[in-house]
Amino acid sequence: MATEQTKPRQLTLGDQFLIFGRSGWEQAAWNYPRLQNLGFCYLMIPAIRRLYPDKADAGAAAERHLALFNTMPYMQSLITGVTLSLEEDHANGKPVSAEDISAVKVGMMGSLAGVADPVWWGTWRPILSAFAASLALSGFGIVGPLVFFIGWNVVRLAFRWGAQRWGYRQGLKVVTALSSGMLQKLTLGASIVGMFVMGAIVPRWTRVKLAPIIATSAHGSLSLQGMLDRLLPGLVPLLLTLGCVWLLRRHVKPLWLLVGVFVIGLGGYWLGIFR
Amino acid sequence: MSIWGVLIIAFLAGIEGVIDEWEFHQPIVACTLVGLATGNLVSGIALGASLQLVTLGWMNIGAAVAPDPALAAVVAAWWVSGPAHLPVAAGVILAIPLALIGQGLTQGLRKLIIPLVQQADVAAASGNLHRIDWILRLSVVLQGLRVLIPTAFLMWIPSAWVHASYHLLPQVIQGGLRVSAGLLVVVSFAIVINMMATRQLWPFFFIGFALATDGHLSLVALGLIGVGLAILYLRLQDGGHHDNGGGNNQTEEDELDRELDDL
Repeated sequence: MATEQTKPRQLTLGDQFLIFGRSGWEQAAWNYPRLQNLGFCYLMIPAIRRLYPDKADAGAAAERHLALFNTMPYMQSLITGVTLSLEEDHANGKPVSAEDISAVKVGMMGSLAGVADPVWWGTWRPILSAFAASLALSGFGIVGPLVFFIGWNVVRLAFRWGAQRWGYRQGLKVVTALSSGMLQKLTLGASIVGMFVMGAIVPRWTRVKLAPIIATSAHGSLSLQGMLDRLLPGLVPLLLTLGCVWLLRRHVKPLWLLVGVFVIGLGGYWLGIFR
Repeated sequence: MSIWGVLIIAFLAGIEGVIDEWEFHQPIVACTLVGLATGNLVSGIALGASLQLVTLGWMNIGAAVAPDPALAAVVAAWWVSGPAHLPVAAGVILAIPLALIGQGLTQGLRKLIIPLVQQADVAAASGNLHRIDWILRLSVVLQGLRVLIPTAFLMWIPSAWVHASYHLLPQVIQGGLRVSAGLLVVVSFAIVINMMATRQLWPFFFIGFALATDGHLSLVALGLIGVGLAILYLRLQDGGHHDNGGGNNQTEEDELDRELDDL
């Protein structure tokens, strides 16, 4: 590319910040055959403008980033960082071909999504939002939504910027660092916390009360719920949840579970089981 | 005034339902904002929190599209906090079919947008980067309209009708809806558990369950116990791998620190 010995083309901090700002729009043009392709191309544009002053080179770079792409959107920042460092090398005539860049992107997108989806969507969002919802429902009002909104976005933005910078500085070394098993450990740790907290959320935030009265005496009445609360509170939610997990394992669609639970609620109230 | 506010929230939620960044589409945010716009903040937050527990397991993973909380949260909140004044439980139940409509619209738009994305290929071939920028910005607007248009349509239904039809329901159905709204959360819990559960992780679920039945422990305390257990587990597992782990303490600390940062 750079035939004559000129100053190497380099991304400024401003470019990186623009790309960081664009990285959040990646999924807006989500489409079926090529998924997040346009979004990724869009966020690379400030880099393409800086690195390829020649219109034909710029077009070629845009075309290669319009290829199929799909990953967990926040992990994309790490891939973006690595891609930026590779594009910079490519533009400066170092031995990095266009095919290499595409291969690295494809290589990273699947494995990173696999470890990041359970952490962000499977653990962090359910836990943070359940915590926020419980704050809101136990009298803290607006504090709940604020905790969720601020907590989520501070962590997300810090992660995105950190991952993009780290990827850009380390370049391909990131790939080696990721294969050390550190990510798997992180996912395992997050899953442990996730399972533990889900176990805690099930009895606390399922609102169900059994109606039947077992015995009445002069001192008052003993309800089935009262008895259960002494033995094992949350038994009904636990059984319902485990039943749903069992059905999900048997590939029953979540929609049918929603319908089933809805019918159980309506029927149970009608029959006088729940109150 | 409040109608325009709700429509703006619908637009934002529609964008977020697909890009999943600021999380305006999560019920705890969207319903709260609708509550704010309609001047009925308390019921907005109550619906948002209840609905959040129902939707927290809905996630878009890979190429799959989950039911869409965006349309569900905005319209249900309009019916609960707006002039129709439905009870929170009715809002939670109505949110489910709305979420399915939203899911269908998301899938539809992902196909409809294909010709637009092909325009980006044409722009790239001629090196016209500016055009690519505008094609993406246009898709952002389309995602917002995806929820704004059906919301506007549903807001057209006179609130008095919505209010009256709910109160036409017999008492036994209204009570049943209330019970169902409390129970629906288990489906989301099951989705999240199903995603993470492996044979080695089930004990943590039951420890969490047992500790939570003691009402004195706050959710924060429970979270800390969970993090503590995770660190212990990873450390013990590590110790098993390289005898006493003496020489590896340094890297181990680093990894655990990073884990803590991320949790």
